[in-house]
Amino acid sequence: MEDIKKPENLVYQKSKVMTDKVLHYCPGCGHGTAHRLVAEIIEELDIQHKTIGIAPVGCSVLAYDYFNVDFQEAAHGRAPALATAIARLYPDHAVFTYQGDGDLAAIGTAETIHACNRGENIVIVFVNNGIYGMTGGQMAPTTLEGMKSSTSPYGRDLKMMGNPLKMTELVAQLPGTYYVTRQAVHKPGKVRKAKKALKKAFQYQQEKKGTQFVEIVSNCNSGWKMTPTKANEWMENNMFPFYPLGDIKVPEEK
Amino acid sequence: MKKELRLMKGNEAVAEAAIRAGADGYFGYPITPQSEVMEHLMSEKPHERTGMVVLQAESEIAAINMVYGAAGAGKMAMTSSSSPGISLKQEGLSYIAGAELPCLVLNVVRGGPGLGTIQPGQSDYFQAVKGGGHGDYKLITLAPSSVQEMYDFVELGFDLAFKYRNPAMILSDGAIGQMMEKVELTEEKSRRTMEELIKQCPWATYGKSPDRDHNVITSLELDAAKQEKVNHKIQAKYRELEEKEVRYEEIMCEDAEFLLVAYGTSSRIAQKAVRQARENGIKLGLLRPITLFPFPVKKLHEMAGQVKGILSVEMSAGQMIEDVRLAVNGKVPAEHFGRLGGIIPSANEIVEAVQKNFIGG
Repeated sequence: MEDIKKPENLVYQKSKVMTDKVLHYCPGCGHGTAHRLVAEIIEELDIQHKTIGIAPVGCSVLAYDYFNVDFQEAAHGRAPALATAIARLYPDHAVFTYQGDGDLAAIGTAETIHACNRGENIVIVFVNNGIYGMTGGQMAPTTLEGMKSSTSPYGRDLKMMGNPLKMTELVAQLPGTYYVTRQAVHKPGKVRKAKKALKKAFQYQQEKKGTQFVEIVSNCNSGWKMTPTKANEWMENNMFPFYPLGDIKVPEEK
Repeated sequence: MKKELRLMKGNEAVAEAAIRAGADGYFGYPITPQSEVMEHLMSEKPHERTGMVVLQAESEIAAINMVYGAAGAGKMAMTSSSSPGISLKQEGLSYIAGAELPCLVLNVVRGGPGLGTIQPGQSDYFQAVKGGGHGDYKLITLAPSSVQEMYDFVELGFDLAFKYRNPAMILSDGAIGQMMEKVELTEEKSRRTMEELIKQCPWATYGKSPDRDHNVITSLELDAAKQEKVNHKIQAKYRELEEKEVRYEEIMCEDAEFLLVAYGTSSRIAQKAVRQARENGIKLGLLRPITLFPFPVKKLHEMAGQVKGILSVEMSAGQMIEDVRLAVNGKVPAEHFGRLGGIIPSANEIVEAVQKNFIGG
């Protein structure tokens, strides 16, 4: 066994941009994969020394423990405001926020829209699982019609609770966004596509093209009260039709 | 060297001082009576003068969180607002204090509560000196009483903020923000180089170099025992501030039999009241706290051994009086006199209040 552990035989290794800290995420959650992709891209683009990440309040509040880059932890929803100032004061750095749907599309709606509208030169990674995970599965701005949560126990009633918000389509309308896309990370093919999209986003940011917005539709098997496999099936059958995957705004080819 | 003098509004003086102190960033949102701060900054093109970044944010909340980001990255960042806007900044200030970051905030106070008035007030005293947001923290609070002090306290505020890694607030009011006075300007400093920034703020998020661990700025600690340690560390800074950074001005205190305590606009009127009282044979003095936190507790305690009565004069329903009473600790009567809703008290009213409270007749 030991004699085949040679560099030339390696097919995969953990990114150097990930720390050795054990992830606290639930088994089956998409955050770990999304983290890994971002870390791999930072390593591949050789920008670890000039990357500054902003963590949200939500399940990924401790993201700063897992990325081996300088990191700040924002107040709930305010990550794009922190990123705005940092990107303007460090214009050559790779500044990114990593936010969930409650953080980005509810309490942080104003900060998100205005950072995107100003075209702040940042990458926004938006992980949308349609629920508040950390606080125990409450209804999110992105919770689907009829979807059950601890604060919509009989399913989201649109008349009573309002409509789910398609934040990504919304920010795609703004002149400051350059590349807007929606991806998923629950299957190998999707992971490869998501990585390509995230890589483009970071490349465009380094080319100072403005705001790069990458939504990752993900699961929350704990909050949805399903097994990881069931949660992924449910996501494909319910989340993807409402939040279709693919590029929403792509730069015009010159 | 020839002095550079300029006639300026208090708000303009703060803006000019920020550029000349080498500030890296200002993030604000318009609100009366302090909008001249950002107006002056924008018209001065600080991005050309020193490279300073000035941005009008979408809200006071966004502005203070931009300051939070900039401060975490080691930059000299500030914001300004007036009472209702400062309330919105409390969340951000709590995070900044919790993450132990330096920044400067100007509050050009107007009378409240709610939307209140746009006339000057001092009714944000509690909010400024007791923390303001959630959690055990305090702001280093400076109270200017002239346009010159508005100018001077920008650099002082930044110095103290960086020395103690804690947000500093200039607690001004609408009168000092709006009035024009002569200001002696200092020479324009260049902003710190990256080498200087890293030396001063090795903890900042300026990009991880291979020779160090990643820097993390956070106010989160889920382990209660560790959080308690963080809190004790923060509290130790406040004890040190109380020991080393108390500032005040004494006006005719030496032979005073009665004492006024007042800051900001109230202290200017109080000074006139001192003269007026003395013309009428009342030996009145004035203690003007310059730092409201740390409060001049020892000095007041000492004065309580000398005078027969202490009157706290504030444009509020009585806020600083609580700190005055704590310092005096029952040694002599300590009373409050104030006008509310944007009214500035007159010298006559103050002298009358001294007579009524302590002399009688």
